[in-house]
Amino acid sequence: MEFIEQVLNGLGQGSIFALVALGYSMVYGIVQLINFAHGDIIMVGGYTAFVTFITFGMPLWLAVIISILVCAAVGLIIERVAYHRLIVHNAARISLLITALGVSIFLQNLFMLIFGAEPKHISTLFPMETIKLGNTELSSNTILNIVVSVIMMIGLQLLVNKTKIGKAMQASSEDAGAAKLMGINTNQVVAFTFMVGSALAAVGAILYCNTYSQIKPTMGNFLGLKAFVAAVLGGIGSIPGAMLGGYIIGIADSLTKAYVSSTLNDAVVFGILILMLSVKPTGIMGGDRREKV
Amino acid sequence: MLDVKDINVYYGAIHALKGLSFYVNEGEIVSLIGANGAGKTTAMHTISGLLRSKTGDILFMGDSIAAAEPHKIVRLGLAQVPEGRRVFSGMTVQENLEMGAFVRNDGRKVEKDLEMVFTRFPRLKERRRQRAGTLSGGEQQMLAIGRALMSRPKMLLLDEPSMGLSPILVNEIFDCIQEVNKSGTTILLVEQNAKMALSISHRAYVLETGKIIIEGKSSELLDNEKVKRAYLGG
Repeated sequence: MEFIEQVLNGLGQGSIFALVALGYSMVYGIVQLINFAHGDIIMVGGYTAFVTFITFGMPLWLAVIISILVCAAVGLIIERVAYHRLIVHNAARISLLITALGVSIFLQNLFMLIFGAEPKHISTLFPMETIKLGNTELSSNTILNIVVSVIMMIGLQLLVNKTKIGKAMQASSEDAGAAKLMGINTNQVVAFTFMVGSALAAVGAILYCNTYSQIKPTMGNFLGLKAFVAAVLGGIGSIPGAMLGGYIIGIADSLTKAYVSSTLNDAVVFGILILMLSVKPTGIMGGDRREKV
Repeated sequence: MLDVKDINVYYGAIHALKGLSFYVNEGEIVSLIGANGAGKTTAMHTISGLLRSKTGDILFMGDSIAAAEPHKIVRLGLAQVPEGRRVFSGMTVQENLEMGAFVRNDGRKVEKDLEMVFTRFPRLKERRRQRAGTLSGGEQQMLAIGRALMSRPKMLLLDEPSMGLSPILVNEIFDCIQEVNKSGTTILLVEQNAKMALSISHRAYVLETGKIIIEGKSSELLDNEKVKRAYLGG
């Protein structure tokens, strides 16, 4: 039953991509910005978990909460300091994009200065066990990743569809001008979106540390890029799309490593993206504007 | 109620409003008529805070709103039905109306007002669970007006409500505007359909390339030779 094991491993890995992809997708839905600094938020979350859990020996639950709060705060600060004025003054998208790359480089170098460039080891956060289902063996981490990501997506869907701020997010993403005429403070909506996206990235960071036990200042590059591919594949702006994209990328990655070659996985992942873009450029769930947040 | 004083608005190098001044008294319907590109929509956006004037002032019920954020202006009781309706097409009819009540925290009264809008526009009630994007142009216009009314505005700005509608629907919409006015809402109406606008408004201003060129009672403007020639087709 190796095949099923590999698919489940892929789902577990894909769950992390999915959580990060949600942030890309939400921010894009609101301000049409590919926030290239979003991958680095994971790195911030990883180092926060490292400092709180390993250095200060805090209990795990506290380390998780602090990581989420720190990432949300960093997301908010990035929006206020780097993007806010550009968004308010309707700057060209390319200016936003270059600013995002700048923020990414800044964060990576800042953390390299503080923590050094060499990777840090972070022992497994949650106790890991091997679970047997018939002939299939899988690690408890895989199940944890999948369960957490599904819970997060359901929570996010409820937030977007059932709460007042969520409706304001939907309205702002569809027509910011009309949303303003409804009395919606779109600046607040943008800030809130950055915070929620970054908090989800923190959850992704915790799962990442737990799965891979290692962090470094540039870890956001590869993770961010794959999550970005996931968001585009699923249809950028769509919440279920981002999740689906994350899972597909995770499974493709895992299956390629297992059956084709352990070095071709990235080629396959980007190949899927290129194929998707040439067949349906709006992505799997894109074009359907219903969940465009 | 609304006092626009000497506003100048630019789009980059284009001088769109050139020292525009006009006022609207409480209880009135005032129309702002003029050709495409005269600056009507620019004036509406500036009043609602989406655009800024470099000079002058805009007073709403005595307070300056020239520098206020759009969402704060709505809270003061000044709502706008934008040109092209701009309903949230991905949301249902009812969700759109609820967005109109975004600034309110009195849930029960919002329910009542929702029923009031449905009484005014029975067709919206039939389609309350339908996505706004699937409505016809006339229905979308009704929805846009209903949505703006949901904030319980003291004054309503209407930008080209007749655009793209059949004559029967235009009559229906204009009847509705008069009813809204009679129930106590002051109205500023921007229209290319000068005849309709002049027929329901108390006073009117004619806007040409960012400036007011004629103003007066609507009944008088209907007989004004210049207005007749330029805007009434005869």
